[in-house]
Amino acid sequence: MSTADAHSHLPCQTVVELLTDYLEGALDPATCARVEHHLSLCPPCVTYLDQLRTTMELVGRLPADTLPPDALEELDAAFRGFHPPPAGP
Amino acid sequence: MSVQVLDRLSGGEVSVDPTAVAPARPDEELVARLRAGDAEAFGQIVRAWTPVMLHVARAFVSSHASAEETVQETWLALVKGLDTFEGRSSLRTWTFHVLANIARRQGVRESRTVSVAALDGTGGGPTVDGRRFRGSEDQWAGGWRAEAAPRAWGPEASVLSGEIRGLLATALEAVPARQRVVLELRDVAGLDAEEVCGILDMTPVNQRVLLHRARAKVRQQLEDYYTGKNQEQP
Ligand SMILES: [Zn+2]
Repeated sequence: MSTADAHSHLPCQTVVELLTDYLEGALDPATCARVEHHLSLCPPCVTYLDQLRTTMELVGRLPADTLPPDALEELDAAFRGFHPPPAGP
Repeated sequence: MSVQVLDRLSGGEVSVDPTAVAPARPDEELVARLRAGDAEAFGQIVRAWTPVMLHVARAFVSSHASAEETVQETWLALVKGLDTFEGRSSLRTWTFHVLANIARRQGVRESRTVSVAALDGTGGGPTVDGRRFRGSEDQWAGGWRAEAAPRAWGPEASVLSGEIRGLLATALEAVPARQRVVLELRDVAGLDAEEVCGILDMTPVNQRVLLHRARAKVRQQLEDYYTGKNQEQP
């Protein structure tokens, strides 16, 4: 049996729960090495990781939400009211 | 706040040269421009910060309309408070503190019994259905079962069609609120982990747990969609 080195076995079920920590660089070096070793041997987990990345990428392209136009106009008017530009020549 | 974040939050409209200025300077300059009545500068920060502010407000109040009112009220507070702003924190940090206070008060007024921001949301079982893995009696316990392993979605998965946009909106609504807010701030609005922890007052570990749970749920909705589509033509 191998010891808890980079090549010791991590089951897929554990790996999928570590992938955000992995992407965030939050795993300790030993666990990170074990995850990377697992990924190098396990295409389905690589697929899962790719799909998490695709998910992040797709939600990142959702249109930005903003205030309705009349609310934005009201803010602009309030700003101009409170902070008029210095009087011109 | 890092220059990268500033840059992103400015919507790319305000150029920040990392070599030219100390971190405090762009903010001083911004405040000076606003006090001098630069409506263009005000419009820029409204455009850049409002989407993120709406996500944050939504963590405390019960409806989208209420979130909009909260953000509107925050901007008015900034307009009125600009002359008394002391610059002890960045204008952006100050604005988000004001926002969180207004949103919290509004949440209480709406008598949300428990505000989303106070919920934990880190509990719960594994994020992937345990039946997709081999059981403990198996030599490869915890490994994907061949028939249940994830399959590549194909090139179409990179296209954000109207249908996928709708699916994502529905999927996000179904994610528990606290997880959703973290995902929205990180993956939709593009804030970094440190900022999200500061705004929502949570630990980095909790932030990652919530983020992972939310991502896994949305991924699952996409998988159901793409797998269902591929099975339509057997
Ligand atoms: Zn695996």
